[in-house]
Amino acid sequence: MNNLPHVYQEMHGTLRSYLIGFALSIILTLIAYFFVVEHVFSNHIIDYVLAALCIVQVVIQLVFFLHLGNESKPYWNFIVFSFMLSVILILVIGSLWIMYNLNYRTMADMSDMQDNPSHNTHTSTGY
Amino acid sequence: MTTNTALHTSDDHHDDRSDKTIFGFWVYLMTDCILFATLFAAYAVLHNNTYGGPSAKDLFSPPFALAETLILLTSSFTCGLALQAAYAGQKNKTLLLFGITFLLGISFLTLELKEFTHLVHEGSSWQRSAFLSSFFTLVGSHGLHITSGLVWMTVMIGHIIFRGLTLSTLRRLTCLSLFWHFLDVVWVLIFTIVYLMGVK
Repeated sequence: MNNLPHVYQEMHGTLRSYLIGFALSIILTLIAYFFVVEHVFSNHIIDYVLAALCIVQVVIQLVFFLHLGNESKPYWNFIVFSFMLSVILILVIGSLWIMYNLNYRTMADMSDMQDNPSHNTHTSTGY
Repeated sequence: MTTNTALHTSDDHHDDRSDKTIFGFWVYLMTDCILFATLFAAYAVLHNNTYGGPSAKDLFSPPFALAETLILLTSSFTCGLALQAAYAGQKNKTLLLFGITFLLGISFLTLELKEFTHLVHEGSSWQRSAFLSSFFTLVGSHGLHITSGLVWMTVMIGHIIFRGLTLSTLRRLTCLSLFWHFLDVVWVLIFTIVYLMGVK
């Protein structure tokens, strides 16, 4: 097709990989959308369903659009990606864990102060 | 994506340089992911702290967010096709496809700004509550990335017109398309976490 240097050959997918990635992403987006709009699942389950659909779509886009895993050894891109992923997991899970605990403990304190409810009007409204 | 075998086999210096440039750009994208992760963590922690003001359920409209998502997804797809046309040496097709990507990006940005101005006019600006501060920071950062991506794309369209599809242009186009696909991945997360989980 072209006589470019070898390094360029693996940096762009094929038409087929873009079409597959695009079609799957659209389908997953629409499925997630209709699950929410039609209230297919109860409020407890829907978060997990949406998270699963989201993760699947992110992986699909990483593979078909960003060509992750398409490189030859020693997989530097994938190594950097894995390191980024572990930093993100520590960061996000850690933040949520700490702040949930903090919220829980402050809320517990506030329920002791029943005589002064104006203090907790803005803590957490919840869905 | 990058091939380290090329480092040893090729006598062409462009090879080596492209390889390192694209790997360097990949590392930048990964650090940008960490930036977005902090903003997502802030949003996840603060999304219930509405200070008596409107919550996500009151503010966001699912069809509007779906339209934004489909537009950005399509632009990511046309960007990939544009890169392929560039590698095949088809200059006019590359320009056409990057032009379409640019227009889709502009429509996305217009929709996002329309939503922001609507929220501010309703009195739901970033000053209203911690929830809205984190929302505007997260989605606004994504919008800023999109804006810089569009500026970059304009520059690259100029490059293609005046310099043609040279090796250095191809290297830059590869970085640009990685950036654009990356922004689409971030938007998938925003769409799910902010909009779908918010209005459920």
